[in-house]
Amino acid sequence: MEITRPTNLAAALEARADDPGADLLAGGTDLMVEVNFGYARPEHVIALRRIEEINRIENGRIGAGVTWARLEESPHRALAQLSRTVGSPQIRAAGTIGGNIGTASPAGDGLPWLAAANAEIEVASQARGTRRVPWSDFFTGVKRTSLEPDEVIVAAVVPDDVPENQEFAKIGQRSAMVISTVAACVMRDGNGSVRVALGSVAPTPVRAHQAEQLIAENPEPSEAVLEEFARTVAEEVSPITDHRSTEAYRRHAAGVLARRLLERCLAQ
Amino acid sequence: MIVSFKVNGEDRVANVAGAESLLTVLREELELPGSKNACEQGECGSCSVILDGALVTSCLVMAADCEGSEVTTVEGIGSERELHAVQQVLLDHGAVQCGFCTPGFVVAAAHLFEQDPHPSNDEIKEALSGNICRCTGYGAILRGLEALAGEGS
Repeated sequence: MEITRPTNLAAALEARADDPGADLLAGGTDLMVEVNFGYARPEHVIALRRIEEINRIENGRIGAGVTWARLEESPHRALAQLSRTVGSPQIRAAGTIGGNIGTASPAGDGLPWLAAANAEIEVASQARGTRRVPWSDFFTGVKRTSLEPDEVIVAAVVPDDVPENQEFAKIGQRSAMVISTVAACVMRDGNGSVRVALGSVAPTPVRAHQAEQLIAENPEPSEAVLEEFARTVAEEVSPITDHRSTEAYRRHAAGVLARRLLERCLAQ
Repeated sequence: MIVSFKVNGEDRVANVAGAESLLTVLREELELPGSKNACEQGECGSCSVILDGALVTSCLVMAADCEGSEVTTVEGIGSERELHAVQQVLLDHGAVQCGFCTPGFVVAAAHLFEQDPHPSNDEIKEALSGNICRCTGYGAILRGLEALAGEGS
């Protein structure tokens, strides 16, 4: 096996251009599980953790190499909340938001927040420079993204208008160290309109647009509207039955969770 | 491929064949078997080490990516002559059952106490939440570390 350990982004992009088949390594919390179980046998790894440019948190921009441990201190409330729920302290010290984006698991804990925030994924290649892809175009299926083989994920770009009032929660088979069966993020802006994003209930993170519309029309929702909101969320998602849960449970839980988070936002 | 890095303060060189983990290299090449191999997916914490100041599971660290890094394993914590305070309280409180998880707990707890000599009970639990004891011997581990946290405060 060959490993390239670039110390700046240009060198990483050059390595990626030279060998588009190379595996990208950030915190290792996904790739090394594949290696340890014999599912992956990388021939060439480009290790990203020494690239200073992607390890920064700047105004409106979270570098791909930023770990969950650092994001636990994020001023974005729901991002801090979800970062605290990723794996264990050991996993949070290693795993990165860029890795979460690149792996694109339906259960990726960071993805509902990115969807609610209307984040763009900044990617770069040697040939075409930098481009920003809206999250909804970036995630294309289960563990599939529109990242080109010569590109590297550089950052999550967070628009200025992300509401401060935001909540995240997830449900799993126990309260810690578990892969989500449903994850949700709700944000509410000053006008009372809300954004509702869910994870683990579709091949990609999804927004519940009809449920959002319902609250746009009823910014101070009654009990009946809240019930309709939960029902609408449950109808909008498209979960599957697998070894972690059933379609019916996930649908129900998505509605319950979204409503619970909306109520928390309304109480702010 | 040759990888040079520091382990427990000493310069070490490992001959790494492929994508194998730091855990594999520590145990099988560097003759440091204190870090235990159990789940190989970062779930159990028995292979915990401190890598460049961060507590991580060495099974999820690619050894080839350790060039230039500094690693502390359980062998680098305390000595046979002078135990680390964390090791002493675990002994004093009978906090070892089968012992397989103990190295991981020692590393995680030593890392915690290095950052904060007086963690709260909740902070201790949070810091150890990535370490699993399949004997379920958590009570004595927590009692020992809580006693240590209370010392001198």
